[in-house]
Amino acid sequence: MVLADMSSELSGRVAIVTGGASGIGAASAALLAAAGATVIVADLQEAGGPESGAGRFVAHDVASEDSWKALLADVLGREGRLDIMVNNAGISGGPGNIETTTVENWQQVQAIDSEGVFLGSKYAIEGMKKTGPGKPAIKGSIVNVSSIAGLIGGAGPTAYTAAKGAVRLMSKSVALYCAEQKYDIRCNSVHPGGVDTAIFNPLWQAMGHEQGKAFIGARHPIGRMSEPSELGEIILFLASDRSSFMTGAEIAADGGITAGLMRRSLLAPS
Amino acid sequence: MPRLDGKVVLLSGGASGIGAATARLVVGEGGKAVLADRDEAKGRALAEALGAAAHFVPLDVVQEPSWQAAVAATTEKFGALHGLLNAAGVGVRNTIEDCTLEEYRRINDINSLGTFLGCKSAIGAMKEAGGGSIVNISSVLGLRGAAHAMAYSASKGAVRTLTKNVALHCAQMKYNIRCNSVHPGYIDTPMIAPRLEQNAGNMTGRQSLEELHPLGRLGRAEEVAHMILFLLSNESTFSTGSEFVCDGGLTA
Repeated sequence: MVLADMSSELSGRVAIVTGGASGIGAASAALLAAAGATVIVADLQEAGGPESGAGRFVAHDVASEDSWKALLADVLGREGRLDIMVNNAGISGGPGNIETTTVENWQQVQAIDSEGVFLGSKYAIEGMKKTGPGKPAIKGSIVNVSSIAGLIGGAGPTAYTAAKGAVRLMSKSVALYCAEQKYDIRCNSVHPGGVDTAIFNPLWQAMGHEQGKAFIGARHPIGRMSEPSELGEIILFLASDRSSFMTGAEIAADGGITAGLMRRSLLAPS
Repeated sequence: MPRLDGKVVLLSGGASGIGAATARLVVGEGGKAVLADRDEAKGRALAEALGAAAHFVPLDVVQEPSWQAAVAATTEKFGALHGLLNAAGVGVRNTIEDCTLEEYRRINDINSLGTFLGCKSAIGAMKEAGGGSIVNISSVLGLRGAAHAMAYSASKGAVRTLTKNVALHCAQMKYNIRCNSVHPGYIDTPMIAPRLEQNAGNMTGRQSLEELHPLGRLGRAEEVAHMILFLLSNESTFSTGSEFVCDGGLTA
């Protein structure tokens, strides 16, 4: 198969990126836009950063079903279709372990990291199916950002680890369901290791940015953290037809952490 | 010597299915079993049948105070807590399109929040006992997705990684508390009874589930209980954070 040149590969396609105003979301939005997609940056707040110009901003709360309904109505009304959903928004919920995590913290993290992806996948399918007749058929792709904490136990706080494990399995069930229904919608999960984003802000405040990056980076076999754009490239790949035979897969992008033995947990001080 | 000599085990979902089968084995192997369940009548009846080494406590797994009371009742009755089985759970069929947010939350609360609260509530008493073993019932659907069990599969995926997180925390803190997950296939218990009633094409519900397993049959609760017994006992002291599969070959 000969692929179109990069700048038009996704032309005519519409993508929503949750948490698209910063971090992995902003990097993904920029790369999807560079590949020709029309991008909707859905986020709680409009970012002021240089990365935020990738697409149309829509204020959105992934944990609110009403917010999802409004977002879908808005996108189908203005852009008229939906091809790509990147469920990227998430929170770490702070440093709770099994002894210190409260029910309140647990529920807040599940509401955003697990229920948010559930709602995002559910409304993505609805939106993709509503792409009207007379328009090019969708080749839908849902990309759910889990974490290495969805694969191993020592890479995140307790509530976050459980939520990311839920996203990992949910993605497979969504993939199998869409395949069974012959929807031409794929669904895969991405499992980043340490990425230099605002999710590490508490650590940056405690250690300083460069020192913190070195500290987390040293826990990766590759010896460093990743940049958001490195995750954006994987999300672009999964969003595009280049990954057309991949569905229900879990892609680790973690500098080798889950390939072998992790001597220390990612977050605990040594 | 019996394999659980003197060990005190708290079992959520202890009134039926895998929980009840494990309670029987615990008592048979010289341990004390505290059956914790929402079904009081069934739980009390089984505890009475098992004799002085068994006790019943009411438990609603989604309520933290209910868990704290169950742990307190356990240590009051038998003097310590060494083992916890998180077997309470619900199996519901739904897809990404037909599952509501309320239903997604309900299933995740019982299966995942309930297991989290069990682990959290038991660790303190286990530390006082000098160590312990936690066994969380996940599922083969915590290892594989299923188009028609979306929320259940997500909740069991959460239990799978939660288990590893608990295991590593307890190891790091040198609590001598282990935590492992068990992944049963379709086991002939009340949880899947509704499925057995639903014919699928020209197969009965039972046949359609049996054919998923290379062994050609459903599992028995006792078969899963034997794996749990191993994990609760000192025979498994080097296993923690691991996935123990009991599925008649399904995931192979």
